[in-house]
This record gives sequence, structure tokens and C-alpha cells, in this order.
Amino acid sequence: MEMFIQTLVAGILIGGVYALIGIGMTLIMGVMRIINLAHGQLMMVAMYITFVLYQFLNIDPYFALLVAPPALFLIGAAIQRYLLNPLIKIESIIPENQVLMTVGIGIVLTETIRFMFSSDYKSVKTSYSTATFNIGAISWNVPMVVAFILAVVLTASLFFFLLKTDVGKSVRATAQNKDAAMIMGINAEWITQLTYGLGAAMAAAGGTLLLPIYYLFPDVGGPFTLKAFIITILGGLGSAVGAIMGGLVLGVAESLGATYISMALKDAIGMVIFLLVLVFLPGGLKQLTKV
Amino acid sequence: MLRVEHVDAGYGDVQVLWDVSFHVAENEFVVLVGANGAGKSTIMRTISSMVPISGGQVLFQGQRLDRVAPYRIVEHGIAHVPEARQLFPEMTVAENLELGSLKGGAKTQRKQTMEWVFELFPRLRERRKQLAGTMSGGEQQMCAIARGLMSKPKLIMFDEPSLGLSPLLTQEIFRLALKIHKEGITILMVEQNVKQTLGICDRAYVLENGKIVLEGKGKELLENEQVKQAFLGI
Ligand SMILES: Nc1ncnc2c1ncn2[C@@H]1O[C@H](COP(=O)(O)OP(=O)(O)OP(=O)(O)O)[C@@H](O)[C@H]1O
Ligand SMILES: [Mg+2]
Repeated sequence: MEMFIQTLVAGILIGGVYALIGIGMTLIMGVMRIINLAHGQLMMVAMYITFVLYQFLNIDPYFALLVAPPALFLIGAAIQRYLLNPLIKIESIIPENQVLMTVGIGIVLTETIRFMFSSDYKSVKTSYSTATFNIGAISWNVPMVVAFILAVVLTASLFFFLLKTDVGKSVRATAQNKDAAMIMGINAEWITQLTYGLGAAMAAAGGTLLLPIYYLFPDVGGPFTLKAFIITILGGLGSAVGAIMGGLVLGVAESLGATYISMALKDAIGMVIFLLVLVFLPGGLKQLTKV
Repeated sequence: MLRVEHVDAGYGDVQVLWDVSFHVAENEFVVLVGANGAGKSTIMRTISSMVPISGGQVLFQGQRLDRVAPYRIVEHGIAHVPEARQLFPEMTVAENLELGSLKGGAKTQRKQTMEWVFELFPRLRERRKQLAGTMSGGEQQMCAIARGLMSKPKLIMFDEPSLGLSPLLTQEIFRLALKIHKEGITILMVEQNVKQTLGICDRAYVLENGKIVLEGKGKELLENEQVKQAFLGI
């Protein structure tokens, strides 16, 4: 029983960070209607920024939260502006050419980082990386708890932004009806840049929060793109609330799978859930939550 | 106030509007009638800069609109209530209205304007927390009109506001249009209810296959043989 609860706790904590990363992809999906297959790779770039700050300037990873996500926001906005938006104007036989472009962007990011840092595993070992505290018989890993709390705060801020501010409402309006949004005076192209930037920044925040506990290597992005994709499908394409649920479900499932089935099969669990959702709940969790 | 001069426009290689010219004077109520596919919505979309023009020009208060980005049109004082409402379905009525007032003076006076539109459409006040997509067709049309009014426009363009509404609700919408007109807002309306709209408007144009073929006072056109045959089935 104790082991079960311990596993559950670990799953929920990591699930909070997954949710943060997944919401980023969901946001992009909602507005641009494309799956951003460079999502994990953008997160990876943020992790390297955090790593460099720590390694060479001795800046704490949590402080890097003020640097890496804004940097990725700018990179993301530039990607949307210079690489993705121009494709909309081209009539193509493949309507998914923006998605293909994100695949290319992901590869370029990965190989650029490999060129700069080699394929070696790196890590940021802070004084608190392995710190834990106990509540009853359950042990809590300090950086995971911090990561979870900050992920919740960031997610709540995003919701506040989307629900309560004019610009946030404009983002939702553009997602729901782009032509009507333009009639209202919303610069839809600018909104797409803002959205991709925000999505990238969310992924970046997730990556930075994971760094004290994770190893870092250029190919770390791919599995996270996959996780974010699973979360987006699980949540029901474009539903931010669904993505939160999706992140938690994925975190818990992976954690349970690693404990009770096999550590090596951890990533396969996500794929199994993914297939089950597509078969039995094709609309994602959104079908259940209705938002 | 609004001058459309020799406008050619279309989608891709297909030309839809051919040398279209008409105007709307300040405080006028002008109606555009024509069969399905004549290009009425396209005209409105060219004024809104959503469809680029290939010839001619669109002038509003002396300024050219055809080179203005679509999202800037509202800043000139033009509201477009598009065909089939085009609300933001998963947002509340209140949020839809707020999105109508994102710019300049409309934004600072949002509260007062919202009070005003709630007085015009008491139904919307009751429903302000409801998701727009879950409202009835009539309520949605009111919401679309109200959203247009939230920008405090000088000119408001209605594209078939009676679409899908019962005769009774259609009457109600036309009555509201007249009321809005009385408040000093210029109106350009596209309608299929030819008889009723010609009765209430100042002036009207008849569009056929992308060309303006007739122009005149509403009541005069009601008597016109061509109009009678084409639209009134007499
Ligand atoms: N987005 C588009 N792409 C290509 N052709 C279009 C597009 N929109 C309209 N058309 C074509 O342009 C012509 C005029 O369409 P428009 O919508 O302006 O007609 P309308 O007069 O508003 O008709 P209705 O009364 O049915 O609304 C039609 O032949 C239509 O098929
Ligand atoms: Mg039309």
C-alpha cells in the first residue's frame, strides 16, 4: 500500500510538469490546428540554456526560469513568423506542410545542440537535487515538489491570462473563429506568433524544472514531443483542462508502470494509453470534462 | 461616407465582382439585394478587406480601405456583422461582446456600451453567462449584432441578419436595425427579404452576377417591374 501511494505521489508530481509541457502543445494545436512536433526539442534547447547558465555562470536552475522560457518565447515567436506563417500562404498539395516543417525544425535544433555540446550526457547537480523530506511514510523529492508547485502556478497564470485578459481572450477567439477575430480587430498573425511563443515558453519552463532531476542529452527532446502529443490527444485536441488531466494521467501511468511492470517499459505505457484513448475515447478527456 | 468605386474582386482565378460601384452616405440605410451567389457577401468582405480587390478602390471618409489590413478596418469605424453570425461559440455572450470592443475608445467605454446594447437586447443581458454556441439562432443573431455595435461604429454592415429566423424574429431584427439607424449609425444591409427591406431602407442596389444592375429609392424599386419579377414573384 505504501509503495502504491509513493508511486502515485511520484506520478502526480511528474504529471504536473508533463501537464505544463502538454498545455504548451495544446495551446498551439488550438490556435494553429497543427501538432507541433518540435515541442520536446524546444524544451531540450531550454534545458541546455539552463545547463549553460548553471555550468558557466553558476546560476541556479530555478533562477533560469526567468531566462530560458523568455528566450524560448522569442525563438518560438520567430519560428512561427519566419518559418511557419509563410507556409500558410503557399497552396500545397499537402495541407500538413506546417507539421512537416516542425519536424524539420526539431531535427535542426537537435543537431545544432549536438554539434555544440556533443552527444554526452550532462546533468545539473544542485545541492538539493536529491533532497527529500518525509510526510508519514511517504518520501517527497524536493525538486519534484518544487517543480510541481511551480508548474501549477505557471498553469494557473496561463489560465488567468487566457480567461481574464483581452489578449488572452483574443487568443481563444482566434482559435474559435479566425475570420471573425480579424473583423473584431485582432491581428491573427500576431496572435499565432504569441501563441507559438507561449507554447514554447511553457515547454521551456517544464524542461528547466526537470533539469535538477533529469539527465540532459541532445535527443531528450523526441520522447518529450511524444509525451506532449499523447497528452494533447488524451486531453482532446485543444482543450487546456483536458491537457492537465492528460498530463496527470500520463505521469501516474508511467510511474505505476515503472514500479509494477518494468522500468524499461515506462515509455511504452504512454503509447498503450495513447492507443486505448484513440480506440475507446477518440474525443479525449474533453469528452468527459466538456471543456 | 463609403464609396466603392469600380471594384473587381474574386477568389483566386475566379472573378466574382465586376466593376462594382456604389456609395452609402452618412446616416443612410442602404440595402443590397441579389440572388444567391450574386456576390453580396463578397462585397462586404472586400469592404472589410478580407477579400483583396484586383481593380478599383474602396473609400471610407476619404481614406482608402482596400490597402488596410483586415484587422485594422474596425478602427476606421466599420463593424461587420458577418453572414451566419460567426460568433465565438465556446465563449460566453459577455466575452463575445467584450471582443467587439478591443480598440481605442470602444475599449475605454466598454461598460457603458455594454449597458446600451443590453438595453437594445434585454435577452442578451439574461444570457450573458451562456456560451454563445448554445443559444438559439435568434439569440445568436442578436449577439452578433450587439458584438458589432460594441465597437461604436459609424457604419455597420449586416450580412443577411434574417438568415434562418422565423418571420416574427425577422420583423424584430429589422425593427432593431431601424432603431440602431435612429441612433445615428449608418447601415449597409444585405438581405433576401427583399420586400420588407426595400420598405424600410432609404436606398437600395440590385446585384446580379457580380454586377450592379439597378439602383434607386427603396419604395421605387418595390414598384420596379424587373425587381418584381426577379424577387417578388409577381
Ligand atoms: N472563399 C471562396 N472561395 C471561392 N469562391 C468563393 C468563396 N466565397 C464565395 N465564393 C464564390 O463567389 C460567388 C459569390 O459568393 P457570395 O458569397 O458573395 O454570394 P452571396 O451573394 O453572398 O450569396 P448568398 O446569398 O448565398 O449568401 C459565388 O459563386 C461563390 O461560390
Ligand atoms: Mg452571402
